Amino acid sequence: MANTTSGGASAPKPSSSVKLVLLGEAAVGKSSLVLRFVNNDFQENKEPTIGAAFLTQKISLPNRIIKFEIWDTAGQERFASLAPMYYRNAQAALVVYDLTKPTSLIKAKHWVAELQRQASPGIVIALVGNKLDLCADAEGSGDAETAPSEGGGDAETGAEGAAADVEAETQTDTNARKVPKREAKAYAEEESLLFFETSAKTGSNVADVFTAIANSIPESSLKSGRGGGAAGATQAALSGAANRAEEARVNLGERGKDVKDNCAC
Amino acid sequence: MPRLANDGDDHNTQAHSSPSTPQSPETTIERSKLEVPRPPLPPRPTNLSTLRSRPSTSYQEHGSKDGLLSGTTTAVTTTDVNTYTTNDGSRKLHTSIGSRSPSSSTLKRGVIGSPRLSDTGDSSSLRSYVPQLETREEVSSLFGDHITEEDDEGNSRPSQDVFSSQFEADAIDIDFDKEFDSIPEVDEDGNNEELAHSLWRSKSKHFMILSAAGKPIYTRHGSDAVISGYIGIIQTIISFYQSSGTSLRSFSSAGARFVILSQANLFLVAISRILESDSQLRLQLEALYMQILSTLTLPNLTHIFSVRPSSDLRRPLQGTEVLLSSLADSFTRGSPSTLLSALESLKLRKSHRDIINNTLLKSRVDELLYGLIVAGGRLVSVVRPKKHSLHPGDLQLIFNMLFEAEGVKAGGGESWIPLCLPGFNPKGYLYMFVSFLSLKNNNIRQAAAEEEIPKEDAVAIILISANKESFESMRSVKNYLVHELGRSRSLATIQNAIQAGRPLPTDIIPGTVLRHFLFKSKANVQFFMPSFTSYETPRLRRRLLSVYHELHASVHTKHASVKVHHSVSASHAALAWVTPMFELYCVAGPSTGRNALAHSANKVVQWVQKEEERIFLIGGAVF
Ligand SMILES: Nc1nc2c(ncn2[C@@H]2O[C@H](COP(=O)(O)OP(=O)(O)O)[C@@H](O)[C@H]2O)c(=O)[nH]1
Ligand SMILES: [Mg+2]
Repeated sequence: MANTTSGGASAPKPSSSVKLVLLGEAAVGKSSLVLRFVNNDFQENKEPTIGAAFLTQKISLPNRIIKFEIWDTAGQERFASLAPMYYRNAQAALVVYDLTKPTSLIKAKHWVAELQRQASPGIVIALVGNKLDLCADAEGSGDAETAPSEGGGDAETGAEGAAADVEAETQTDTNARKVPKREAKAYAEEESLLFFETSAKTGSNVADVFTAIANSIPESSLKSGRGGGAAGATQAALSGAANRAEEARVNLGERGKDVKDNCAC
Repeated sequence: MPRLANDGDDHNTQAHSSPSTPQSPETTIERSKLEVPRPPLPPRPTNLSTLRSRPSTSYQEHGSKDGLLSGTTTAVTTTDVNTYTTNDGSRKLHTSIGSRSPSSSTLKRGVIGSPRLSDTGDSSSLRSYVPQLETREEVSSLFGDHITEEDDEGNSRPSQDVFSSQFEADAIDIDFDKEFDSIPEVDEDGNNEELAHSLWRSKSKHFMILSAAGKPIYTRHGSDAVISGYIGIIQTIISFYQSSGTSLRSFSSAGARFVILSQANLFLVAISRILESDSQLRLQLEALYMQILSTLTLPNLTHIFSVRPSSDLRRPLQGTEVLLSSLADSFTRGSPSTLLSALESLKLRKSHRDIINNTLLKSRVDELLYGLIVAGGRLVSVVRPKKHSLHPGDLQLIFNMLFEAEGVKAGGGESWIPLCLPGFNPKGYLYMFVSFLSLKNNNIRQAAAEEEIPKEDAVAIILISANKESFESMRSVKNYLVHELGRSRSLATIQNAIQAGRPLPTDIIPGTVLRHFLFKSKANVQFFMPSFTSYETPRLRRRLLSVYHELHASVHTKHASVKVHHSVSASHAALAWVTPMFELYCVAGPSTGRNALAHSANKVVQWVQKEEERIFLIGGAVF
């Protein structure tokens, strides 16, 4: 991924951390999107996430470095009550559905509604339809470039050929798409969400989602100064053992305050 | 290591009746204070014969099973939940005193911590049988040399044991190339139905969970279409027995053993073609049940079915199937840890472990309940409050989740996982912070997502809190630990210990005839074993584990009068030796004589004594 840096960025750019949460029904590909973004990798038959995973990844924008602190949640019903813990204070959310599974869009809409009600007012929400590689066509919407895995197959080739290119074993159906792009996009516009169709499998559009989010975070809500939460925690960790409990608390407190202060100005 | 209180053990002493009355009836000892008393079970064949000629059915009085949760306290023992070693896995301890086979007690299972307390109780019960044991002299000459050395309390003499000897049938092999393959879905027109069924039947081992209403909840093999018929039959049989006021516990059919664990709203069924005792299978079912509780908690589980008895539990359990399956498969492959209900520790010098323990202690924050460092499923260090012990059954669930299943390990980054530890408290969730470290090339960093960490090499820092908001604080504890352990070169020490691997039997005892052994320290609820070098393939390893299963069963049957058990087959000679302090299971080549085995067994015990503080986590970091 061209726009990610592994850490040693050019010196002068300011860096800010952005807390981002992934929400959506189980198995839509949240973890796969994160894995693609963080490690540029993909796994067939990924085992379901247990609880929630916390990962970080930096991306470099022209004028600053954004360090994403990513919460990848499990999406199972029994964890729903824990979700507020993850989206509280989040500056961005990625709400994911599987564009081969209409019910997952319904679930995504629920998450969007919950975020709009409960999350920080300025939160940037991106709606993401994943598993684009399973679509043989581009939904007749003139968006052929969003389906790079087609590898030149056209509509008249018949789905068979294009499908075989993509993935012989998983592809029995010619076009697995069940959620029209138009429909999801219209909904996203209505709710002022960023909207993307992605494939964690091919990597198509994945980096774009995160870059778009990074660009959409209002400058005012970006914490200035190097580091951010994680670095602070390390600092606390290194400063000795005697009153560690105290430090942890202070550290937590500061993080919360930071966000508020920045929002206020 | 966790000090586990020995609730219930003090019952042992008083409850033993005098062995001198030849026809004295079976004595039932209540295992736990919370338990509903229950009439004794019908007499059973002694010793190994139970394994060979399995009774076609056995059942117990209905309604006496009050679940796995009896006796759950904050200070826990292995004996609470999943260490039932009586032959039928019953929760009571039964001692039968017959005229033909004077029995000693095989009641004692390991208790982490307070060895003195538990040993006194147990050994006094043992002692009461001594005068009856006829073959005592033979044994005492066998182990005579070392009795005094390892017997500082003067009450755990192997000479008190009875010797038994058996010729074993070799275990049936599992086809590991196919055992874990998935069975194709039955297609709509049912063309491959026949194939699916025959594949299903070809599996050596099945685990199935169904609701009391007969709804399938989980099956290791096959889709609903394949198993629905079997589920129906099993449910019919179970309810037939239920309607007559008993609950079916096990039966045999077509060369397979069926064991059923009935819980309030669930039936858990194991079907095995491998030679395993009922109690061993029951132990496995109990672990699966604990996994369900761990996902849902007991009140949630009860609530779901009280609202609607026909509820489909698969929805709330979503994501748990992989954990159930990795547990199930580890049982099918054979797990020393499950067999012994004990944990393995990473071998470290005491001074090194002390440094790690102290670092853990210093890292502590108020919200931290338990902190563990675990290397490839082996304990490195544990920090815990004085009043809360760790339940090996709970740790088994955690280790399965982290080291057997892929979900957490492969996810990369750090995890924050709500889970219920039923041994600790079946009613509520705890929150577990997990971070895998990559120690390769002494270059310590957090493992990257998807980094291939072989199971044995994975090192995890596990921090458990009751506060769901304490992720950041746990994370800072981890950062501190990584920093401090790096500074004290402890991480390098851990890595070296992992790389060194388990020693060969011949590293331990030069020139020994032993190919492998399991040594369980009851006081520490931990075991030690050498490397599996001569058992590299899954099939060979399973065979070895089957030998251990048989040995274990033979010294743990309810009526076992045996403290030393010798067995020979075409492929091996083996020895089990059980004292109040330890259990030792040794395997050597088939032509190995009894004396050579015994000699090596003694050497192992000597070695363990010398190395005890390195191979076991003793005490640990307690606050
Ligand atoms: N074909 C295809 N499969 C995907 C894609 N993303 C994820 N998957 C698969 O969908 C399943 C669920 O993915 P996972 O990332 O675990 O979903 P999560 O539960 O939302 O985190 C896995 O088997 C993935 O391999 C994608 O873009 N295309
Ligand atoms: Mg996931």
